[in-house]
Amino acid sequence: MNNSDMLLILLGLPVASAVVLAFVGDRKFAPEINISGSAATFIAGIALAIEVYMHGPMLAGGKFFFVDAFNIYLAVLTSFVSVTTALFSRRYMRREREHGRVGQVGMRFYHAMFQLFIFAMLLCLLTNNVGILWISMELATLTTVLLVSLYRTPTAIEAAWKYFILCGVGIAQALFGTVLLYFAAEKVLGEGGDALLWTNLSRVSGQLEPTILSLAFVFLMVGYGTKVGLVPLHNWLPDAHSEGPTPISAVLSGLLLNIALYALVRCKVLVDGSTQTHYAGDIMMVFGILSILVAAFSILRQKDIKRMFSYSSIEHMGIATFAFGLGGPIATFGALLHMLMHSLTKSAIFFTAGHASQMHRTQEMDKIRGLFKGKPLVGWGLMLGVMALAGLPPFGIFTSEFLILTATIQEAPLWTPFLLLGLAVAFAALFRAVQPMVSGDVPDYQKPLKVAHLPVILHMTIVLIIGLYIPDFLNQWFKTAVELLK
Amino acid sequence: MDISLETAARITSFIAALVLITSFAMLAQKRIYGLIHLFAWQGLFLALNTAVVGYIADKHHLFISSLLTLGLKVFLLPYILYVLIKRLNIRKDVETIVNMPTTMLIGIGLVIFSYHLTAPVRELSTLMTRSTLTIALATVMIGLLMMITRRNAVTQIIGFLAMENGLFFTATSATYGMPLVVELGVALDVLIAAFIFGIFFFHISTTFDSLDVGQMARLKEDEMNE
Repeated sequence: MNNSDMLLILLGLPVASAVVLAFVGDRKFAPEINISGSAATFIAGIALAIEVYMHGPMLAGGKFFFVDAFNIYLAVLTSFVSVTTALFSRRYMRREREHGRVGQVGMRFYHAMFQLFIFAMLLCLLTNNVGILWISMELATLTTVLLVSLYRTPTAIEAAWKYFILCGVGIAQALFGTVLLYFAAEKVLGEGGDALLWTNLSRVSGQLEPTILSLAFVFLMVGYGTKVGLVPLHNWLPDAHSEGPTPISAVLSGLLLNIALYALVRCKVLVDGSTQTHYAGDIMMVFGILSILVAAFSILRQKDIKRMFSYSSIEHMGIATFAFGLGGPIATFGALLHMLMHSLTKSAIFFTAGHASQMHRTQEMDKIRGLFKGKPLVGWGLMLGVMALAGLPPFGIFTSEFLILTATIQEAPLWTPFLLLGLAVAFAALFRAVQPMVSGDVPDYQKPLKVAHLPVILHMTIVLIIGLYIPDFLNQWFKTAVELLK
Repeated sequence: MDISLETAARITSFIAALVLITSFAMLAQKRIYGLIHLFAWQGLFLALNTAVVGYIADKHHLFISSLLTLGLKVFLLPYILYVLIKRLNIRKDVETIVNMPTTMLIGIGLVIFSYHLTAPVRELSTLMTRSTLTIALATVMIGLLMMITRRNAVTQIIGFLAMENGLFFTATSATYGMPLVVELGVALDVLIAAFIFGIFFFHISTTFDSLDVGQMARLKEDEMNE
């Protein structure tokens, strides 16, 4: 099997699953088809990863696709989280259906769109064309807009509308940036599709006109930064992530933010090559630190459990953006690891938060009590998840935050107090909120229910293992990616 | 070719001026049907401009973009909006947050801002369409302004689409259009977005009894607190 076939299978599987699920609709076995579709995509992703691991970066489909150490780990991560989310959503969505929050049409729509969303994200990661990158990013937004409003409550519709409009405006700025990028590239590479291929662009980035690329980066930063949820462009994020169904919150927080950051970093590499200064990095550092601080203090004020964890996502994306902006081998390694760890931890936390709010029939944290006694897996899942998220050892986020902090102290000591302040406030705020939810007696309105054990346990185990020991292949990929992003 | 470059540049500048006029007219328009007509006109000028540039610069893929614009932005999208407004009994006048004269003044400010912002690009460009780049960016900005200053969901969407017009115009004037595969992809995204906002209008109007987005203020931070 050659490379192009492998990529087509990887991208074709979610589309095929989406079509099948659109026809199957609300039948009993739809969740199982959803799981198998995701699992098949995951296996295809692993196969591709082995290929890349053995033979290095590859171009496929007439240079249309490009796989290297940077995007392959994100592609595997995306397909992996899609499997666990599908597993989680089987029971969760069935229960939401019983509670009457979603109808028959809603379920059909939910499953088909979930698969299309996975497709859009994989296309975004694997394409070599900066234009297609933009298109698939917009597609990823469009597939999830109506999932956010799936419950049709006034707040859900409001959240989805905000998401649609703000991300639409944001992403339009990114298109303008892409046009400017093409304008600069055309002078060097000549007209046509080849001038938008990332592999060509990175080869000639030294010859691209610096003034144009600096201008382009401002637009790209605002555009993709909106999708990463960076302050002050983050307004849509807490609403969209808290009002949608929990499986969607998990993939939005865990995956889509990563993809947007990936796009931004790809563009940054080109701008750096052209300007030969730290200009793009400085912009990213400012946005990053601002996001960390604003999000950390916002976590303190939250009453809704999913909303609180959405702000925590902004904080963590801020950390990764800051680290990519800082640059250098240690910080970049830390940022890559941080994206992986945050994604796994945050989706696990959303799974447990989803269970917790289903048990109490509310997302208000004041009403969620006694999880340790009522449902130990949910209680401990939440507690350990928050420990990991706050950056306690031995979990993986400790490793990545430690690396980023070390690099900051070495290379940009003036930023250190801000970074530390943000981390400390977020730490305290998360524990203050979670402590009462897990301890105490079981309230009488808490309903015990069957939960999906596997997703949470799997995610937390991986986060723990990587915290103790980074496997060789991952280490090698990250090192290659660091070289690439220098 | 029988048209000199100078004449060609004059023709494209003239059409660009028409696009800018429609932008400002949209800012000043108080009736929702008028707004849709203006949007269709803007699309028509864009399609015309794309075709002219395609003809003079001998870029055949621009004809496809031009036809696409004509079909999508002159006929299909205005038609969808028309039908939705009829079906949902939307209020026929445009409600603004900032009054018209102020909006117009901000619009003029945006044009000057765009002029300065695009200066480096204009200097480097050798294309005959380089002078229209300022107007293209101004169209994007005015679209954005329209989205911010309008309260009705339909007018916000028209602002959004006008902004997309501006982006398309930018691509034509800065680089004679993006590669065809990208243009097609963008058109597809706009089409999907059109269906989504169509569905949205139904949801919003059934849930909130009107399309005034000012009513959508439940998710404010302050309210969450107290």
